[in-house]
Amino acid sequence: MAGYFLRRLVQSALILLGVSFITYFLLFILPADPVRQIAGRAATAETVANIREQLGLDQPFLVQYSRYLAGLFQGDLGRSFLQRTEVSTLIGARLPATLQLMAAGIATELVLGLSMGVAAALTRGKALDNFLMITSFVTVSAPQFVVSLLLLYVFAVKLGWFPIGGYGTFAHIVLPALTLGLLGSGWYSRMMRSSMVEVLRTDYIRTARAKGLTRARVILRHALPNAILPVIAMIGIDIGIFMGGIVVVESVFGWPGIGQLAWQAIQRVDIPIIMGVTLVSAAAIVIGNLLADLIAPFIDPRIKLR
Amino acid sequence: MKKLLTSTALMFAMGLPALAQEYTPDPAATPGGNIVVTYKDDVATLDPAIGYDWQNWSMIKSLFDGLMDYVPGTTDLRPGLAESYEISDDGLTYTFNLRPGVLFHNGREMTAEDVKYSLDRVTNPETLSPGAGFFASIAGYDAMSDGSATSLSGVTVIDPLTVSITLSRPDATFLHVMALNFASVVPQEAVEAANGDFGKMPVGTGAFSLDEWVIGQRLVFAKNENYWRAGVPYLDAVTFEVGQEPVVALLRLQNGEVDVPGDGIPPAKFTEVMGDPAQAAQVIEGGQLQTGYITLNVTMPPFDSVAVRQAVNMAINKERIVQIINGRAVPATQPLPPSMPGYTEGYAGYPFDPEAAKAMLADAGFPDGFETDLYVMNTDPNPRIAQAIQQDLSSIGITANILSLAQANVIEAGGAGTAPMIWSGGMAWIADFPDPSNFYGPILGCAGVVEGGWNWSRYCVPALDEMATAADSITDPAMMDERMSKWSDVYMSVMEDAPWVPVFNEQRYTMRSPRMGGADELYVDPVSIPVNYDYVYATE
Repeated sequence: MAGYFLRRLVQSALILLGVSFITYFLLFILPADPVRQIAGRAATAETVANIREQLGLDQPFLVQYSRYLAGLFQGDLGRSFLQRTEVSTLIGARLPATLQLMAAGIATELVLGLSMGVAAALTRGKALDNFLMITSFVTVSAPQFVVSLLLLYVFAVKLGWFPIGGYGTFAHIVLPALTLGLLGSGWYSRMMRSSMVEVLRTDYIRTARAKGLTRARVILRHALPNAILPVIAMIGIDIGIFMGGIVVVESVFGWPGIGQLAWQAIQRVDIPIIMGVTLVSAAAIVIGNLLADLIAPFIDPRIKLR
Repeated sequence: MKKLLTSTALMFAMGLPALAQEYTPDPAATPGGNIVVTYKDDVATLDPAIGYDWQNWSMIKSLFDGLMDYVPGTTDLRPGLAESYEISDDGLTYTFNLRPGVLFHNGREMTAEDVKYSLDRVTNPETLSPGAGFFASIAGYDAMSDGSATSLSGVTVIDPLTVSITLSRPDATFLHVMALNFASVVPQEAVEAANGDFGKMPVGTGAFSLDEWVIGQRLVFAKNENYWRAGVPYLDAVTFEVGQEPVVALLRLQNGEVDVPGDGIPPAKFTEVMGDPAQAAQVIEGGQLQTGYITLNVTMPPFDSVAVRQAVNMAINKERIVQIINGRAVPATQPLPPSMPGYTEGYAGYPFDPEAAKAMLADAGFPDGFETDLYVMNTDPNPRIAQAIQQDLSSIGITANILSLAQANVIEAGGAGTAPMIWSGGMAWIADFPDPSNFYGPILGCAGVVEGGWNWSRYCVPALDEMATAADSITDPAMMDERMSKWSDVYMSVMEDAPWVPVFNEQRYTMRSPRMGGADELYVDPVSIPVNYDYVYATE
């Protein structure tokens, strides 16, 4: 167990190192010059050259990258090119908002997805099943940009049930969490349905029925806990999908998280921020997967970590 | 004899067009109230030496002051922290007499030492100021720029309320430069205490001070009760909410939650808003010092031929392009926008005449046209405008391939000089200050023809550069008309050479909630872009 944990930890560190290298390299070869963005349009050639030199952007790729890594190992993400503030301060100020939204989004998709999946499995082949599976198909395919604007228009503007974007109270989180949750709920309902259908076919369910247990007890006590296991294991992977969706959802709802920060930084080629957000998101995905794998044996004793 | 200008009234009496009367306060203005302004992008910095964005430009103007300022809602200069100034006969030395008793937000009195510190700071290469180049005419700038000096030799503190600035060459735009945000006066102790984060902890002398900044969410400006200009600002506080999509901001405005959507009316909603009388009544239209243009790279065949460039000028249907953006612009005839001093009245520009253009192209040796690339920024409405340009060009036989790229990539291609044609939309030149010289040097002069420069046409005529320098050497305010006519000549020569197709001058549209008061000009202020927060007020 300890050996496994250590090995996974080293693997995770290597993955993050790889992510940092690839991202830094892509930003390096990008045909857009961050110095032009900092210098603005009135800058003279000397000003541009001066800024390039001061930031070390005149150095070859490996020099720049190793400088960045050296800072990173000391916990220094650098300063934003345009804001001139420590990237760690900017991310630190916004991370709680993103984590809140992520937690709310995951809760929403699990509640929606699992209940839809169970309902569909229990009514297999009937109208409700068909309806739920078509719904899941729609929520999976609908672009989040459209869904978020639609929700905003109907529930915030027309009905006035929720505030029109922003951050602060519970009411603010409902629509962005729903937007994120709807996408995930489609995946989860399909997985839950097939997992449930499979479990319902097993011998032990037949035995349970044969024992004369009530239908409710069979489903809740015997089928559900077994069907839910493979689905729960997906949450770790899900964090990656979430990180992608969060950029769009945060922008539309004015949610002050790191997705919004990344989106604005990308448009202005603010390399330290892009690197910082990428690494933090990658770390979240890596940690999420690690936790999912570590928790798995506790949920399902059949799984052994080696 | 020194020209001693002690009051604006005297300057006006002398008939100096560049300086106008003090602003007459709005008699209906009532003090008090808190308004909400939204922006999509986060505010990057409030450091006046660094901030150069749409959203922070007028925010910085409200937090800081420079020696010079503009009459609200106009492009007319007026004294700011300097009560008066004298210009030496050779036009090289400006002596500013500072206003006594002006307090920074930290309570300390502003002095001439602060003026010197601020100018040294903005020109110090370590500050990485995008505006450093504006101060190039101050004596000692070059030594600052190459790092051999840590203080501008041309700036001298005479006494605590007098500072003199000596230029290395006459510069008619110098007073405008002293009104730029980059020339704002900052207190050294606050900059040093902020330890690199002055942009997040600004301290100035302005009408408002920064009260609260929750990163990514909101900034709150509080009224400066000790502001040196009597009677303003009217508002007790301004709350800026950031991270708000323009479409969402508009919905919130309709809901009464927002007073000014700082990014304006989103293009997709423009027709809908203007079609609704109730909403249209809340819209304010104003000109801005902006021109949208197509650059033709004069170093790349076939655009090295004047006839080809003129033919392209005649092929573009500007009226139709204006229609594409719902009429939010007026067709342009020349590089300068109409509200800019030096604009040539009565010049009609190249006529829209595809037949004649085709004939000119044939005479120039391209009877069957040619193929070329048109670079464009990839956000709406620019790709649609590029398609209109493409169609216009195809009607005279030119096949233009559209390369629709992210802003930074188009700027890169333009700066590298590898783009034959660029539609400037989304990156178009907006003047830093209301003077014709600001439309020449970086975008049409030889100085901009460098790697990474903004002269995307690679147009460089040394004789025109000399004319421009001659015009800017006229610093005597009494000879302003002559200076403007020289500038007019420069731009007319540019039009003959046709390195650009000037397409339109965009109009600015701002919306405000019904409870907002103040003259319309304040909401489309040509200098305090987008809104002059110091002079607007709330009626309830």
